[in-house]
Amino acid sequence: MSTSRREIETLLRGGEYSAGFVTKLDADTIAPGLSEDVIRFISAKKQEPAWLLDGRLAAFRRWQKMREPRWAHVQYPQIDYQAISYYSAPKSLKDRPKSLAEVDPKLLETYKKLGIPLAEQERLAGVAMDVVFDSVSIATTFREKLREAGVLFCPISEAVREYPDLVRKYLGTVVPPGDNFYAALNSAVFTDGSFVYIPKGVRCPMELSTYFRINERNTGQFERTLIIAEEGSYVSYLEGCTAPQRDEHQLHAAVVELVALDQAQIKYSTVQNWYPGDENGKGGIYNFVTKRGDCRGRASKISWTQIETGSAITWKYPSCILRGDGSTGEFYSVALTHHRQQADTGTKMLHVGRNTTSTIVSKGISAGHGRQSYRGLVRVLPSAAGARNYTRCDSLLIGEHCAANTFPYTEVRNPTAQLEHEATTSKIGEDQLYYCRSRGISEEDAVSMVVNGFCKDVFKELPMEFAVEAQKLMSVSLEGAVG
Amino acid sequence: MLEIENLHARVGDTKILNGITLSVKAGEVHAVMGPNGSGKSTLAHLLAGRAGYAVTEGRILYDGKDLLSLTPEARAGEGVFLGFQYPVEIPGVSTLYLLKTAVNAQRKYRGQSEIDALDFLAWIRDRVKKVRMDIEMLHRGVNEGFSGGEKKRNEILQMLVLEPRLMILDETDSGLDIDALRIVADGINALRSPERAILLVTHYQRLLEYVQPDRVHVLARGRIVRSGGPELAHELEAKGYGWLDAA
Repeated sequence: MSTSRREIETLLRGGEYSAGFVTKLDADTIAPGLSEDVIRFISAKKQEPAWLLDGRLAAFRRWQKMREPRWAHVQYPQIDYQAISYYSAPKSLKDRPKSLAEVDPKLLETYKKLGIPLAEQERLAGVAMDVVFDSVSIATTFREKLREAGVLFCPISEAVREYPDLVRKYLGTVVPPGDNFYAALNSAVFTDGSFVYIPKGVRCPMELSTYFRINERNTGQFERTLIIAEEGSYVSYLEGCTAPQRDEHQLHAAVVELVALDQAQIKYSTVQNWYPGDENGKGGIYNFVTKRGDCRGRASKISWTQIETGSAITWKYPSCILRGDGSTGEFYSVALTHHRQQADTGTKMLHVGRNTTSTIVSKGISAGHGRQSYRGLVRVLPSAAGARNYTRCDSLLIGEHCAANTFPYTEVRNPTAQLEHEATTSKIGEDQLYYCRSRGISEEDAVSMVVNGFCKDVFKELPMEFAVEAQKLMSVSLEGAVG
Repeated sequence: MLEIENLHARVGDTKILNGITLSVKAGEVHAVMGPNGSGKSTLAHLLAGRAGYAVTEGRILYDGKDLLSLTPEARAGEGVFLGFQYPVEIPGVSTLYLLKTAVNAQRKYRGQSEIDALDFLAWIRDRVKKVRMDIEMLHRGVNEGFSGGEKKRNEILQMLVLEPRLMILDETDSGLDIDALRIVADGINALRSPERAILLVTHYQRLLEYVQPDRVHVLARGRIVRSGGPELAHELEAKGYGWLDAA
């Protein structure tokens, strides 16, 4: 019996959660496997209130009756959910590399190409930083500034303890535990993630990014993020992962919930570059994520911008429920699949309120043996008089072995709705590459230039420093796509 | 500077060039004229390095180097420039960005350091005035939504910025009104110098009124059927290309 198994049993023998156990539980990772006991263990580790544990258990029981979705246009072997370990605390400082000299040089090379500053490289590589004091002080200043504005920004497990009423009021109201297979799994076992609360009328004084959030050097596999924007508030949230992960196939099933009340605006930007696996498809992350925003208030707005270049498989449809009259949903996406990567991604725009507007701009790039599908749903309910949608999906193919599909679904149940849809699929222009090369630009740089131009409509939606990073990321991800 | 020796080329099974021999010295301007389908554009693209042509015989020497063995970008680095008959649109990539990348790529090829961003801006602004383009067009996607005349002027702008040593202009005069034609001709003449050579590929004699060639060659069915001085262009203008069938 493993240490952690023993611990679980000790814990369970103790019955209800009691603070006394916590000090005994010093294991970093529990043994693989998923059961109610494991969920009780996670909940106890996090010192959670009973309602949350009950919610987790209810989600788990639902999940057990659910089937893994197979409708996505992706292929992968059956995942053994009992082979995954569901709790892994950040490693202790002594287990981490002491300096960048101990980190895989290939990883550092990638960081260098992305132009990531040294301090951040150390953070990404999980180096035990003596300079950690620096980041702590930055983070502290940062937190104080936010506190002055009344903005709450902390790990979700901390929010559960500090602001239980807010969490309880909103958690699971946008993505209910039974929403889908992975959302149910996440609801049962989530271990980390962000909590953001913007009070009424407050414009968040800075862009919130996980970069500044201490306590979170090892991102969990099952993150849970909840962002609440009160009436008339504004927040821009950046979720960046430029760290290639070295793991074997690993499941990443996050849930993100956004709530925008009257006239509130949430801008959520993602640059996802999880480890995509090697040229032959060995390793890489299965990125099965549920992201949904609820425009609950009148004239509220939620905008998703995503740059998806990583992961072996991406299954992700950041969506908007346009409930409030006059609310707006936006989805701007660039997805790149190279080598053996697969992506099935898109969005859902659900028009409920009157005069609701949605915009979808999706740019897909496939290279190597990459495969990807845009899958989008625009649903206009009978209540959504005057609803409008504009959809544009463009696919760019590089090479002979990649593929792109577009599955746009529309369901319109109000005759006053106006929908526009444009779609193109093209091969990267030999003429464009030749033109650039005849000006002295190498073939690889020409590809990256043409691709970046193709993505420009989406990149311009990103905050400035992210846009620069995204462009570099495209070039790095496309290396070896030609020639 | 440029020596084309007995060049034979085909696309698929179709023979396009059937033994072209042509010698261009530094400081000279040569015009290659001929009817549609005579192989003019093929010759231009073979010099710039477009894929898809099979050279079956002959060779091209540029400064004594085997030009055909170089990639298109290396040829540009060596100072070869092709003004396209049909300039390509690259949505989302500004002309400014394309040119800055191109200038720095060529500088790198020649072992020079990157150009200072402000110097470059001043440099390109001055060139933009010369071709009377709106400075704002530098920030638009390359040739995106440009009129035919604007595209051709953009080619000349690129040429003025890159300052190549061998300029090949493929039907740059076609589709231009008289004002645009003058601008294009001024641009070409501005680069005319003892160190540079120019190859004008054209169907009409029109451009040659503004850019005086040293030599004129008539291409038909993939070979040069006549060569002469500037007066040959006038003769073609008067007689048309019909007589070539008999030649």
